[in-house]
Amino acid sequence: MLLVIEQVLNGLQLGITLFLMSAGLTLVFGIMRVINLAHGSFYMIGAYVGATVTSASGSFLLGILAALGAAGLAGILVECIVLRHLYDREHLTQVLATFGLILFFNELTRMIWGRQPLFMDVPPWLAGSIEILPGLTYPSYRIAVIAVGMLVALLLWFLLARTRLGMRIRAGASNREMIAALGVNIKILYTLVFGLGTLLAGLAGVMAGPILAVESGMGESILILTFVVIVIGGIGSIRGAVIGALLVGMVDTLGRAFLPALFRLFLPGAHADGAAASLAAISIYMLMAAILLWRPRGLFPA
Amino acid sequence: MASIARKTAVLLPIFVFLAALPLLAAYLDNPYLLSLFSRILIFAIAAVSLDLLLGYGGLVSLGHAAFVGVGAYTVGILFHHTTIGEPLLGIFAGSENALITLPLAVLAAAGFALVIGAMCLRTSGMHFIMITLAFAQMLYYTAIGLEQYGGDDGLPLYARNTFPGLDTNNDLSFYYLCLVSLLLILFLAHRMVHSRFGLIIRGASHNPDRIQTLGVNPYTHRLVCFVIAGAGAGLAGALLANQSTYISPGLFHWTLSGELMVMVLLGGLGTLFGPVLGAAAFLLLEEVLAMYTEHWMFYLGPVLVVVVIFARKGLYGLLIGSGKNHD
Repeated sequence: MLLVIEQVLNGLQLGITLFLMSAGLTLVFGIMRVINLAHGSFYMIGAYVGATVTSASGSFLLGILAALGAAGLAGILVECIVLRHLYDREHLTQVLATFGLILFFNELTRMIWGRQPLFMDVPPWLAGSIEILPGLTYPSYRIAVIAVGMLVALLLWFLLARTRLGMRIRAGASNREMIAALGVNIKILYTLVFGLGTLLAGLAGVMAGPILAVESGMGESILILTFVVIVIGGIGSIRGAVIGALLVGMVDTLGRAFLPALFRLFLPGAHADGAAASLAAISIYMLMAAILLWRPRGLFPA
Repeated sequence: MASIARKTAVLLPIFVFLAALPLLAAYLDNPYLLSLFSRILIFAIAAVSLDLLLGYGGLVSLGHAAFVGVGAYTVGILFHHTTIGEPLLGIFAGSENALITLPLAVLAAAGFALVIGAMCLRTSGMHFIMITLAFAQMLYYTAIGLEQYGGDDGLPLYARNTFPGLDTNNDLSFYYLCLVSLLLILFLAHRMVHSRFGLIIRGASHNPDRIQTLGVNPYTHRLVCFVIAGAGAGLAGALLANQSTYISPGLFHWTLSGELMVMVLLGGLGTLFGPVLGAAAFLLLEEVLAMYTEHWMFYLGPVLVVVVIFARKGLYGLLIGSGKNHD
């Protein structure tokens, strides 16, 4: 039972990372109608800059701030230089241009930081574990990640639902011509939304740094999971992103944790592990296929 | 529409060059040229099949590598079972005869395309892009999980498939096998695009509602198109496994799907011959850039961004001199 709770917490933590990624991406899809494959690159930039600044300064908080700044700034630059030319173009053009950006950013990180992955230490004040239930200890760092993610989700909700800027963003998502006609500077709004999205991706990247290896191409594995989240949740829907991210995080983590044991009940050991590992790896895609058969536009179509 | 004369003036020298390439390789005493151009021909097959979806069907699939992988793994798995002498699923002894493995690879890829396409085509636009990508990744992870076929490391094959009357392990005869396959695919694709079926596919990409009101179901036609494109990619994968005598999960990876897309766009979207030029340009560019710097992707990326934003016609359009050209 304790193991189940621990794995649920792990699933929650993956779900929250995925939410930070998909919130930005789904806003960009919903508002600018741009498919951005390079979103994972900002996750990678956040992780690399965060790891470098943390090890240079010795302060994890400084590392997070630097990661946020770098990812946000890189996002704004990319929006101004490249993305802006893609808004009215076909999806195919958008896919290929952002694919080019991925090649560029992956190679750029290899040129700056080399091919060896960086490892980022958990800051000392989060290195311990907390006994959350009698007999169940859980790493404080992962709890901090969950807490920060929830806080950011709340802030994002406040920003979108309770502020004037959020109102404009939502209006832009439902009818961009109208909001432009009403005198809102849609260009700056687009840049801001894109920057906000990449900033969240950078936060997800730097927080994943101590858990995963920081390496070139790390953005793509998370990007594809993010796509699954967005497809499940519905393009452009923040609520869909929340539900989709938690669903994907849980199914992926719990599948990896418990399918092998389940399979061993009725298959010989080695076969069971192999089959279970494969099934766990593809479980989220099967979930996505099932949801699409039921609702082709996702759970919460915007 | 470009004139026939101009097309002939451009295409004829290229085909003469391809047919005579082994002579050049022998003259320069450079056997690497043969294997490089075999790869170009194979990627051209995959790119032409992808162009049926991208250029004619208006279906932006970011998972085309999946079918390349299925084709390659069919060849690899059949070969593996003949070497270890243990029948596949206990019944089929495996095969190393290209007349059996290539058709089976094509059929397997078509089968996967049928199932994946049936699900993906229920959606459109951005959803379609992301779902094709997700299914390809799903097969990628499945291939990694296939421990008995090498898992993550892939599987080396000890020889190429045999072909009656042809020594396939000789790079020269294998090159011509690839060239003939490409010509066959180009011919079939040409016939398909200019048939009533091709007209419906193109019509559905511009205005699906109108096709629907004409009493034609775009879904089934698109699905058939998806299956045909998948089968073409399966052939490319089967040839690729033979060319490199190696299969690995990387063949399913989405970067390969992206590269195939780049080839199609670079060569000319919706022109059957364009993707051939695109495949050649991409692989040669990669080869040349890699000679000067190991960080060639750093330069290729921005070039790609500029090309897709500013040059819409592709190489074929540049040579033939007309924009949207369904040849």
